[in-house]
Amino acid sequence: MALSLDATDRRIVLATQKGLPLCARPYHAVAEDLGLDPAEVQARIRRMLETGVIRRIGVVPNHYALGFRGNGMSVWDVPDDRIEELGRRVGDLDFVSHCYHRPRFLPEWPYNLFAMVHGRDRDEVRAKVAQVAEVIGDADRGHDVLFSTRILKKTGLRLVA
Amino acid sequence: MTVAARNSIPALAGLDDLDRAIINGLQGGFPVCDEPFAAVGADLGVDGDEVAARIENLLAVGALSRFGPLYHAEELGGGLALCAMKVPEADFDRVADQVNAFPEVAHNYARDHAFNMWFVLATETPEGIGETAGRIERATGLRVYTMPKLQEFFVGLRFEV
Repeated sequence: MALSLDATDRRIVLATQKGLPLCARPYHAVAEDLGLDPAEVQARIRRMLETGVIRRIGVVPNHYALGFRGNGMSVWDVPDDRIEELGRRVGDLDFVSHCYHRPRFLPEWPYNLFAMVHGRDRDEVRAKVAQVAEVIGDADRGHDVLFSTRILKKTGLRLVA
Repeated sequence: MTVAARNSIPALAGLDDLDRAIINGLQGGFPVCDEPFAAVGADLGVDGDEVAARIENLLAVGALSRFGPLYHAEELGGGLALCAMKVPEADFDRVADQVNAFPEVAHNYARDHAFNMWFVLATETPEGIGETAGRIERATGLRVYTMPKLQEFFVGLRFEV
């Protein structure tokens, strides 16, 4: 494991991965459930934020309910020696939710840069993919957009702690 | 988003300025302190109970999918990988059932491409990814293309409603 989480951290992860309680003192409520000191719970959560174990604390909009129904996985074949620069610039676009470098499987799968693009419908996604193409410019050796046609399973990510 | 577009979306039709301020402003940075809702409310000109009640309602109507800490799965020591398969159309439903039966498959999407099945594996250990992919290959008789992230450029999505 990259970052040392002890047993107490893991108990806090398990207790909060489904959400924080909606009471005036949510960290106290978590502490009480776990038999811990509220100040210690807050200190451990702050530490997990600092080390990146917690990405952020806040609300997660349901993009589908909010009208963003055209989600396309755009995939790009870019030179490996430029992927870091291009990945960062594509990730900075405000309609891109996830941007990763992933392995190719040649010859069937030449794409090494993945950017999930959100829009209200497929046309809007295609227009945004065109904006990504502008950012990538002449480093674009080929790209595609894969739209989801069906959700086959969605259990949510259950973290193992 | 324009007013016309907003009103065409059921989950947004009943939202007022405070709801929108919460959705737009609380996608990160929820404070870690004794009374965090009161701290947020002070910035928005309402009391903490009102903030908590609004979040509860936004979760209930489906405008938000969750509220709380967002954990970074790999930092917790488990394995996580996107996987793809090329499934013959005639076998698609059988293979979807076989793949979905694995508890390690967190979500699974059909996409309009020769690589037509895309799922996320989440395992207790990093080694579990390869083992589980092998078990899925043996169960389905089809190759699993495992595409773990090599580098992450951005994760998150900033929505304005």
